[in-house]
Amino acid sequence: MTATVPPPPVLQPGGRVLGTALDPPAPSRRGRVRSRTVAAVLLVLTVAAYLLFRTDGAADSSDAASFRFFDSVRDWVDANRDTSPFFLYGFNYVRLGVRLLVDTVHGALTGLGFAGLVAAVTAIGAVLAGWRTGLLALGGFLAFGVLGLWEESVDTLVLTLSAVLLSVLIGVPLGILAARVRWVGATLRPVLDVMQIMPTFAYLAPMTLLFLIGEPAAVIATMIYAVPATIRITALGISEVPPTAVEAATALGSTRWQLLGKVRLPMARTTIALAVNQTIMLALSMVVITALIDAPGLGQNIVNALQRVNVGAAFDAGVAIVILAVVLDRITTGAARRTRLHRPARQRRTRWIVAGAALAGVVLIALVPVRETDLPAYSFAAPVNDLVGWIELHWYDVTEGLKNGISAGVLDPLETVLVTTPWWLFVAAVAAFGTLISGWRAALIAALAAAGPAALGLWQHSMQTLATVLVAIVITMAIGVAIGVFCARHDRLATGIRPLLDAAQTMPSFVYLLPAVALFGASRFTAIVAAVIFAVPPVVRLVERGLRDVPPTVVEAALSAGSTPRQLLWKVQLPMARGGLLLAANQGIVMVLAMVVVGGLVGAGALGYDVVAGFSQRELFGQGLAAGLAIVLLGILLDRLTQGFHHSKRPRG
Amino acid sequence: MTPMIEIAALWKVFGPRADRVVGTPLADLPRAELRARTGCLAAVRDVSFDVRPGEVFVVMGLSGSGKSTLVRCLTRLIEPTSGDISIGGESVRAMNPKRLRELRRRQVAMVFQHFGLLPHRSVLDNVAYGLEIQGRSRAERHRRAAETLALVGLQEHEHQYPDQLSGGMQQRVGLARALATDPEVLLFDEPFSALDPLIRRDMQDEVRRLHAEVGKTLVFITHDLAEALTLGDRIAVLRDGELVQVGTPEDLVGAPADSYVADFVRDVPRSDVLTLRWIMRDPAPGELCEDEPLSHRTVIRDAVHRVLRAERPIAVVDGTERLGVIDADQLLPALISHHRQVPV
Ligand SMILES: Nc1ncnc2c1ncn2[C@@H]1O[C@H](COP(=O)(O)OP(=O)(O)OP(=O)(O)O)[C@@H](O)[C@H]1O
Ligand SMILES: [Mg+2]
Repeated sequence: MTATVPPPPVLQPGGRVLGTALDPPAPSRRGRVRSRTVAAVLLVLTVAAYLLFRTDGAADSSDAASFRFFDSVRDWVDANRDTSPFFLYGFNYVRLGVRLLVDTVHGALTGLGFAGLVAAVTAIGAVLAGWRTGLLALGGFLAFGVLGLWEESVDTLVLTLSAVLLSVLIGVPLGILAARVRWVGATLRPVLDVMQIMPTFAYLAPMTLLFLIGEPAAVIATMIYAVPATIRITALGISEVPPTAVEAATALGSTRWQLLGKVRLPMARTTIALAVNQTIMLALSMVVITALIDAPGLGQNIVNALQRVNVGAAFDAGVAIVILAVVLDRITTGAARRTRLHRPARQRRTRWIVAGAALAGVVLIALVPVRETDLPAYSFAAPVNDLVGWIELHWYDVTEGLKNGISAGVLDPLETVLVTTPWWLFVAAVAAFGTLISGWRAALIAALAAAGPAALGLWQHSMQTLATVLVAIVITMAIGVAIGVFCARHDRLATGIRPLLDAAQTMPSFVYLLPAVALFGASRFTAIVAAVIFAVPPVVRLVERGLRDVPPTVVEAALSAGSTPRQLLWKVQLPMARGGLLLAANQGIVMVLAMVVVGGLVGAGALGYDVVAGFSQRELFGQGLAAGLAIVLLGILLDRLTQGFHHSKRPRG
Repeated sequence: MTPMIEIAALWKVFGPRADRVVGTPLADLPRAELRARTGCLAAVRDVSFDVRPGEVFVVMGLSGSGKSTLVRCLTRLIEPTSGDISIGGESVRAMNPKRLRELRRRQVAMVFQHFGLLPHRSVLDNVAYGLEIQGRSRAERHRRAAETLALVGLQEHEHQYPDQLSGGMQQRVGLARALATDPEVLLFDEPFSALDPLIRRDMQDEVRRLHAEVGKTLVFITHDLAEALTLGDRIAVLRDGELVQVGTPEDLVGAPADSYVADFVRDVPRSDVLTLRWIMRDPAPGELCEDEPLSHRTVIRDAVHRVLRAERPIAVVDGTERLGVIDADQLLPALISHHRQVPV
């Protein structure tokens, strides 16, 4: 669920996210004061209206019209899956094709056998990214065997690679088109925007409807989840090719295809390699989640263990996922970095020889009859469960106090208020405040999205999820801004923490549930903790970058005027970094929502649980689909409300 | 002699509905007003000139005067709005895409201000690019590229990459790339303005040498007057897209068409550019002259020695015909004052 994480810094030198070309003129002082008054009046009005009109917050019916509608859609699809031309000539073929792809990849990987696959990954790592990475890959893949998770790991790898293959086949050409053909770019942009704020869960149910549960649906959902990044980053790379080089090649008489093949693609190759890297990381993160729709692999172990709140049992699988993520990330970033090097022809030839030798080696090793079961076995389950038991025993007061304090003191009251707000008042408030923050266009979309949950008959669950999200985002921002400010002011700390942040951003979201469950058991608060851990790293990043992007000349001027460090921070740096802070809030919110929904698995209930229940229980299908839709609407609502931040209130200067 | 390049009534208008400007009263508006009224910008306005084979034709003008646009129109890197262009007697605007590519591949090559080298290719492969896209074999194009690199003095650097070279060397690669396809015409768009003055002089010498050696037709864009004067057989001056004057360096310095050109050439040391023709006077009746006359093509500075030593005025002749006489009274003002308007 790292879709909203900004691509690696190379792609956005100097905080390019916050371009200044479209900056609106700064509002006058009077305008700002007036909008503050308007906000105050609106707030009073909203509170008064709430007190007058609040409802008793009845529980959602389990038989809303929307549920019945989705159920009937499902019934129609089930009845016509083998007769309707849509399925007969469309979706069913797609399903067969993807199944074929998955089987081929699976056959290729398992055909190598344990020894062969380990050797192959080691060789690929060494050739593409250097011998250190090769060793890392070797150790990592051996570890799958030691953990007794070899087959699950291979399954996860197979699904990930299949989805990445599809994403690259579809995404790279689309990215090129988006960069080169104006209308394609203009059409794709809003679509990608929406796709990138969609929480993972929302993709699952529609996929099962169209492709049944299982591997094809999982691969397609993963592809849909990952492909926006492929398209975006490829398009970025192609459009950043210097026009001077293109012009010079045109002046020599290149055809369009020669320009693409000999100039644009080679010059964008580093960025495209990074696009593949991002695609792989996103795909891995999603593949783990598709365990919910019956995809095999490590995700299954985690889902099963989490549903039994058995952290130890999930831990091994969590470790394996992290190892897989790190190995794949290292290999692809290493390969991307190498595309930037120039090698003399001789060295290039040596590399071919090395690659050939490695291939021969792999073939030889594949013949060695070593199996994963021959390795010594080790499992973290027992020690981890001991640790969790110890924590429960000794920290019970602290964890329980924290959990209950926040639940009773903040979460419950907020939830009550939201649930008992009449839907029309909520919509009106969203529209009014949205107009103030982001302008009427965004507010209109947000208000429509806000009306959705009521229409779907999921008001209570939606507001519960929203309350959890709001609490989590406040905590996330508090922690993230504090650490970000610290990092911006202490270089040593920043360099120390950066690898940690890097690692955190490559980790699949599921993994974050484990420490939260270990500490807090299954509850709404667990989801909040997981969401905070998940969303803090990018927030820290954006805040730090925002602060560091404050021009040094301004800081110098403030210092020479005699500001204390504290004054400097509050009066100069934070106000000037507002753009970065607000962007961080926007990103944080989208990530928090995604994680809170996943938290439905570990006791957060509400919409996330509805979605999961929809997969497992036939009679709850319609509700699950409706809940998925409600999640998307919440995502749009939150994103649009905060989107105005970085469109209308970027740092000026 | 038929011209190598002929340009007639060429227009390039940027902006919305640019094609509705030329041929209407709008076309007569000054640039700023046209822009205010229609949002269109006339980068090149009604430009006509010829370039003779083997000539170095320089186009000069301030920044924004439309030089780059003009030179890109020649091979339709920028599509002209109206007018005619012919190269080697063939109309460029009538060419289909295939023929146009042929033109760019074999007849006309270009050197750019920002080099436009391909960073992922070695120097040799950069130079061979033009031949590669023509489908020449690897051995042939590498041989030819190596020859051209030797011509610009870079034979040692074949296997390096552009970012490992200095700016001057990079532009030599750009030059070699343009020469590798052996075109008839070379277009230069401010090729040396990104370089240091010393290197720039080197490169100018290089261009002069190459011109003497390979004898191509050169169209050279610059905003540097000194460069224009040293390189150009003829110079065209552009202002706001319009052609103000076309002539030899001497014409420009001696007889600027208007105050814009006059401003341009104000700081040029006249005695270095003008010939005696520009400062001689009619002989007084019965005046006696030195025995040895001077050719009217002699540059003033070269005549200083003789004129100041002579006791009497010296006759200025074209062959055997006497055009006028010259003595210290005419010479000294031209030597001393840069700013004085030279009498026409
Ligand atoms: N693609 C374009 N779209 C709109 N206007 C353009 C475009 N290209 C150039 N212009 C405008 O046309 C005018 C002439 O530009 P041009 O680049 O030809 O000038 P130049 O003489 O080469 O200047 P310089 O010496 O700075 O390179 C400028 O005012 C420029 O802003
Ligand atoms: Mg120019």
